[in-house]
Amino acid sequence: MKKFQEVKSVLAHINRKNIDTDSIIPKQYLKAVKREGFGEILFDDWRYLESGNLGDNHSLRKKNPDFFLNNLRYKNTQILLTGENFGCGSSREHAVWALLDYGFKVLISTSFADIFYNNCFKNGLLPIVLNKIDVEKIIENISEEEVLYTVNLQKQSIFCNKFEINFEIDERRKKTLINGTDDISETLKQIKKIREYEKRKSKITPWVFK
Amino acid sequence: MKKTLYDKLWDEHHVHSYGNGYSLIYIDKHLIHEVTSPQAFDGLKQAGRDIWNKKSIMAVPDHNVPTRFREIGIKDPISKIQVETLNKNCSNNNLLKFDLDDIRQGIVHVVGPEQGIVLPGMTVVCGDSHTSTHGALAALAFGIGTSEVEHVLATQCLLMKKSLNMNIHIIGIMPEHFYSKDLALLIISQIGTAGGTGYAIEYTGQSIKKLSIEARMTLCNMTIEAGATTGLIASDNTTISYIENRPFSPKGASLVRAKKYWENLVSDKNVSYDKTININISNATPMVTWGTSPEMAVGVNENLPALDDERFAAKKEDLLNAFNYMDLKEKQSVKSIKLDKIFIGSCTNSRIEDLRIVANIVKNKKISKNIKSAIIVPGSGLVKEEAENEGLDKIFIKAGFEWRSPGCSMCLGMNDDKLEEYERCASTSNRNFEGRQGRLGRTHLVSPATAAAAAIYGHFVDVRDI
Ligand code: SF4
Repeated sequence: MKKFQEVKSVLAHINRKNIDTDSIIPKQYLKAVKREGFGEILFDDWRYLESGNLGDNHSLRKKNPDFFLNNLRYKNTQILLTGENFGCGSSREHAVWALLDYGFKVLISTSFADIFYNNCFKNGLLPIVLNKIDVEKIIENISEEEVLYTVNLQKQSIFCNKFEINFEIDERRKKTLINGTDDISETLKQIKKIREYEKRKSKITPWVFK
Repeated sequence: MKKTLYDKLWDEHHVHSYGNGYSLIYIDKHLIHEVTSPQAFDGLKQAGRDIWNKKSIMAVPDHNVPTRFREIGIKDPISKIQVETLNKNCSNNNLLKFDLDDIRQGIVHVVGPEQGIVLPGMTVVCGDSHTSTHGALAALAFGIGTSEVEHVLATQCLLMKKSLNMNIHIIGIMPEHFYSKDLALLIISQIGTAGGTGYAIEYTGQSIKKLSIEARMTLCNMTIEAGATTGLIASDNTTISYIENRPFSPKGASLVRAKKYWENLVSDKNVSYDKTININISNATPMVTWGTSPEMAVGVNENLPALDDERFAAKKEDLLNAFNYMDLKEKQSVKSIKLDKIFIGSCTNSRIEDLRIVANIVKNKKISKNIKSAIIVPGSGLVKEEAENEGLDKIFIKAGFEWRSPGCSMCLGMNDDKLEEYERCASTSNRNFEGRQGRLGRTHLVSPATAAAAAIYGHFVDVRDI
């Protein structure tokens, strides 16, 4: 996994609660057997006025001009501010792949759904949980001119022209992103313990290992 | 120290502690389907890693398979590639798999318990959020993403942080025609779709003890819609008699030993939970979701919420969005909602007990002329066979339903079974999100009984009135 670097970008805001992973990436695209190419179809049902399918040329599809991602201003945005309980529903990791493939590196919300939150860290996407007051602060700062935000994970800070907000994050998860840790290699360091566990348990619950 | 069932299952599978609450947890059973596994097998191959324990895996195609004309194979070339990729990954690695033409094929969460592959006390994962279903057997079961599928394939373990314990305690007895699906919707309408985030939920109370395993599975299945990845019900005689005599469950002396172990899969008496929620069901009625989130649910005899209702002040925007998308009005009565389609199926409600309930209601009746299509999709080939042995298929077909082959079908509409734009469906599945059953389609989640009654009348009715 790539190491998480400091992010400097404008911020996009989608003001909706309970955005589920079906909305982030609709089912017809789950037929893919690869991880790449989901950026074009991120938020597909909201982003396009016509239905789409895997393998379509999405640049030919009619876009919804009211949807924020179709606003040129957000073309290169890497930070997404969303409503609470973002990523609820299906466990599909395609949702995280789509956000990353589009270019997002940081998500900000008052809460994320458990499986989605977990999936983010497996792919180098940083989900930041803020309290309501801090989120309000950012929303109030959204204006016609572009405001650049800097997200520094090492310092656990979000920084812009007007203020700095510090955020909490679990030490272990932070390290995973900063070092770009491969979880599997990390786990395989415990090979001996896993084998010992299996030896011990196959005597207590032998039917499990049949 | 006293322990909850969740604590016990966690401790039993503990391999290594990293500090700060992180542990390496051993995974006993790994269920696999075609949609969330190809990238995991790919990753494994790229890294040159082997599968740790092939015997821990059961694979079955379900999400993306046709529910009719199976003889001609999968028409959609992209779906076909995905199912073939699963076939290839399984045969290359010699994994247990139930093919499309195998009578044991079906929805992964129906097949696992039905075969006795999932057993009480196990840790069970699957790249699917409704893995919580298996908690009905007192197994620690939860959904994972594709990276974690790869992680389990390679290491048989997961790096996890322990959840908090929540007890949802049910008070009162289940009223007539109030099913575990209604109970799940009632709970979610009260605690919200994020109410269980960060928790493992255990369901307790006399009414829970009286539920069949099928009904318990429905309840545990819906736990993820309340935000908790794990739902649990303690093991008892019902659990053990369900699991005995399944094809893969232990036999003979092994069974005697296993039973002893399973009997202890309960929370200690008077253990304290991080959070307890009491829910009284004495006056509960069948439930219907009206919006685009499972928490937007009301009793079938009620009206939709009013926009100026203070209880929803913080959610007004969501209510408006939902009314808009669903083309409904505030304060409208649930019974005035007319339907186009009926879907009975999904890992929530496609087991034999569900089908019997439907048959009882639609016997010698005809579905309403309003209804463009009403389909029943059994959870597995074996459920289908059992239903046919009992003559249920004839009752369904006579009433005007289509009787299909097993799969996820219109629960998520990855195959041909889906809603057209603006169609409205009474569905026994688990998600009413925008577009879930088809772009711009409108879903109302209900129990099989309420769906069956709606099929006959063409709009929602209280099944107790018919
Ligand atoms: S039936 Fe629906 S919820 Fe269940 S596993 Fe299939 S798609 Fe998922």
